[in-house]
Amino acid sequence: MVKKTHVSTTINGETAEFLCEPRQSLLEILRDTLELTGSKEGCNNGNCGACTVLMDGLPVNSCLVLAVEAEGATITTIEGIAEQAHLHPLQQCFLENAALQCGICTPGFIVAAKALLDRNPKPTEHDIRFELAGNLCRCTGYDKIVRAVQDAAAALEGKH
Amino acid sequence: MKDIEYAAARSVDEAVGLLAARGDKARILAGGTDILVQLREGLRDADLIVDVKKIPELVGLSHDAKRGLRLGASTPCYRIYRDAKICAAYPALADAARIIGGWQIQSRASIGGNLCNSSPAADSIPALIAHDARCVIAGPSGRRTVPVAEFCTAPGRNVLARGELLVTLEFPPVGDGEGARYLRFIPRNEMDIAVVGAGVWVKLNAAKDTIAAARIGLAAVAPTPLPATEVGAWLAGKPATAATFAEAGDRARRLAKPISDMRSPAEYRLHIVGVLVTRALAGAVDRARGIVIGHSPNGQEH
Ligand SMILES: Cc1cc2nc3c(=O)[nH]c(=O)nc-3n(C[C@H](O)[C@H](O)[C@H](O)COP(=O)(O)OP(=O)(O)OC[C@H]3O[C@@H](n4cnc5c(N)ncnc54)[C@H](O)[C@@H]3O)c2cc1C
Ligand code: FES
Ligand code: FES
Repeated sequence: MVKKTHVSTTINGETAEFLCEPRQSLLEILRDTLELTGSKEGCNNGNCGACTVLMDGLPVNSCLVLAVEAEGATITTIEGIAEQAHLHPLQQCFLENAALQCGICTPGFIVAAKALLDRNPKPTEHDIRFELAGNLCRCTGYDKIVRAVQDAAAALEGKH
Repeated sequence: MKDIEYAAARSVDEAVGLLAARGDKARILAGGTDILVQLREGLRDADLIVDVKKIPELVGLSHDAKRGLRLGASTPCYRIYRDAKICAAYPALADAARIIGGWQIQSRASIGGNLCNSSPAADSIPALIAHDARCVIAGPSGRRTVPVAEFCTAPGRNVLARGELLVTLEFPPVGDGEGARYLRFIPRNEMDIAVVGAGVWVKLNAAKDTIAAARIGLAAVAPTPLPATEVGAWLAGKPATAATFAEAGDRARRLAKPISDMRSPAEYRLHIVGVLVTRALAGAVDRARGIVIGHSPNGQEH
């Protein structure tokens, strides 16, 4: 077996260190080693977006990042989206719009939508559909997800 | 994925040394959006992954109106389309970078990776051909330059020899009256591999009513990305009108040699390549005239 590598990162605001084999994905380490099971494995090949995390502020598919590549990186997972005990407006709006059914896609959608709203606080419906094209949902038909993101954008605008 | 070693090279020389020593058993890792999937699915085999993203020369863009654009091979796509100057000067490249996968893919995927993966359907390659980009390649015996139009040799194959890697892509400077467009045809709105792709660059005369020069690259209609050199040459001196664009589309159809596969029967590809070349020419000419057009990936504005 290949020697394990020591990796030091910041995850959800806290220093996180782990040992990994070079072949292991960041998603594997998050879920199996660090027990952050919010990020989901849908396809394990970059198509579904269920494993989306922010790496140095950018949305990436954690199934297509090697854990060794996370050395020195700042990572936000779905577990880091709520502000302490308060749900993030995106989470609140997904909940109140029933923007999910089975929920497998939801963490990835919320992390990607957070990245979208951070960059573009007033996205059009087209912007939302285009920027979230890397997230697949087998249940909702997307309409409710788009509306939840629109509502969250409005809620966030009210807050500022 | 099977056990594998990982090395992050700090310089081009270090990467060349690792690749030369390990040959077929070493693979370069840029954004990983092709290679990690291929290793996991057993489509490629390697004992060593050489991460090249920590080599300064491979990541970043430097643009100068006089010298042109130098794009580090492993620069992620989002850095291209988020750069207003690059979008203005090399719009077909930006069109392609904006539609390679979704945002999560674009945060990592590079143009160098898209080119070196050498798929006949790769979205950036027709745009690179249209912009007349050249590959700067480093290897054990130094550096050489190869036009993108001559880089791919067969599906998944290219001119890179043992120990070689792509360092940068160099684009000529852009003058007045130039415009470019890349269009891709897919059944979905986003996130799909091209049924057909067409990249077009034009230069208009001073009155902006005649095409002075043109270059066209096509995706998914031949075993490699296809430079439609004859069509570009035919366009020189023709009026920049809808009739010209349509005839260029017909001529591109005659060059295309598509196959039938799960994405499309060959007949459909043959039809669509004409449609896309016609639309991409119209878009490139609009841009050459300074008209702002939308980002619709297939050229149908909504
Ligand atoms: C969900 C999904 C959607 C996708 N959508 C599209 C799409 O719409 N259009 C499209 O064209 N592609 C698409 N792709 C394929 C892929 O994302 C692109 O080809 C991407 O540009 C590859 O870049 P990379 O940096 O990730 O390459 P990597 O995977 O890191 O490398 C690709 C290949 O090139 C080699 N390589 C990389 N850099 C160099 C270098 N500097 N010198 C020599 N060899 C090198 C690698 O060894 C490997 O063989 C998609 C992939 C996924 C997973
Ligand atoms: S599990 Fe990573 S994209 Fe599907
Ligand atoms: S809620 Fe089931 S996949 Fe989206």
